[in-house]
Amino acid sequence: MNYVFYIAAAVAVFSTLMAITRANAVHALLYMITSLLSSSLIFFVLGAPYIAALQAIVYAGAIMVLFVFIIMMLNQGPASTEQERVWISGKTWVGPTMLCAVLLAELIWIVRGDPAWLPGKTIIHPKDVSKALYGPYILVIELASMLLTAGLVGAYHLGRREPERREGES
Amino acid sequence: MAVIPVEHGLMLATVLFSIGLLGLLVRRNILYMLMSVEIMLNAAGLAFIVAGARWSQPDGQIMFMIILTMAAAEVAVALALVLRFYRQFQTLDTDAANTMRG
Repeated sequence: MNYVFYIAAAVAVFSTLMAITRANAVHALLYMITSLLSSSLIFFVLGAPYIAALQAIVYAGAIMVLFVFIIMMLNQGPASTEQERVWISGKTWVGPTMLCAVLLAELIWIVRGDPAWLPGKTIIHPKDVSKALYGPYILVIELASMLLTAGLVGAYHLGRREPERREGES
Repeated sequence: MAVIPVEHGLMLATVLFSIGLLGLLVRRNILYMLMSVEIMLNAAGLAFIVAGARWSQPDGQIMFMIILTMAAAEVAVALALVLRFYRQFQTLDTDAANTMRG
C-alpha cells in the first residue's frame, strides 16, 4: 500500500517542477492541475477522503479554472488563434495526460484492490470532520465566510472597469 | 490503510514548498508567481494533513479547509489585480511595476 504514496509523491514533485519551468502558461497550468490531483490522491491515501474530494473540486477544479479564464482573457487578437492551433497539437497535453494516467491507475488499483485498507483504523471520515467543524471550530466557519466575502468584494472592486479619467486627475 | 512514516510526508511537503518558493523567486511573470504561491499553500496544507493523519485527529483537515478558503479568496483578489496590471502596463512582467506611482 505504501508505494502508492511514493508514486503519487514522485508525480507531484515532477509535475510541480514542470509547472514552474514551462514557458507557456497553459502548459504550466496543465502540469499544475496534475500536481494538485496527485496531492489529492496523497490525501486519499493518508486517510482524508473528504479533503481529497475538496482538493479535486476546489483546487483542481475551481481555482485552476479561474487561472484558465484569466489566461484566456489576456490572450486576445489573431495571435491567439495560432496559439490555439499549437495547443491542440499533441505535445501540449501528452505529458500531463501520462501523469494523470498514472494517478488514475493508482486510484483504480486502490479501489479495486484489497478492501482491507478501506475502513482503516486511521481514516478520518467526513462525519468526524463535520462534527469538529460545527462543534469546537464553529468560529472557523465564520472566519471562512468573512474571508470569502472580503475576497468577493475585493475582486469586484479591483476587477471593475475603470471609468474614463476626468480632467484634473492623474 | 497505508502507514506512511510522518517524516516522509513532511519531507514531501517541504520539497513541494521549496519548489513553490523557487518558482516565486525565479519567475517574473505574475501568473507564474501566483501559481507558485498556490503550490506553497498546497504544500502547507499537505503538512497539516500529514500531521492530522499521524494523530488521527480531524483538526488537520479543518486547518486545510482554512487554507483552501484562503487560497480561493486570495486567488480571486490576485487575479483581479492581474487584470488591472495587464490593463495598466500591457504586460505580465512584474518588473514593469517597479514604480509605485500607478
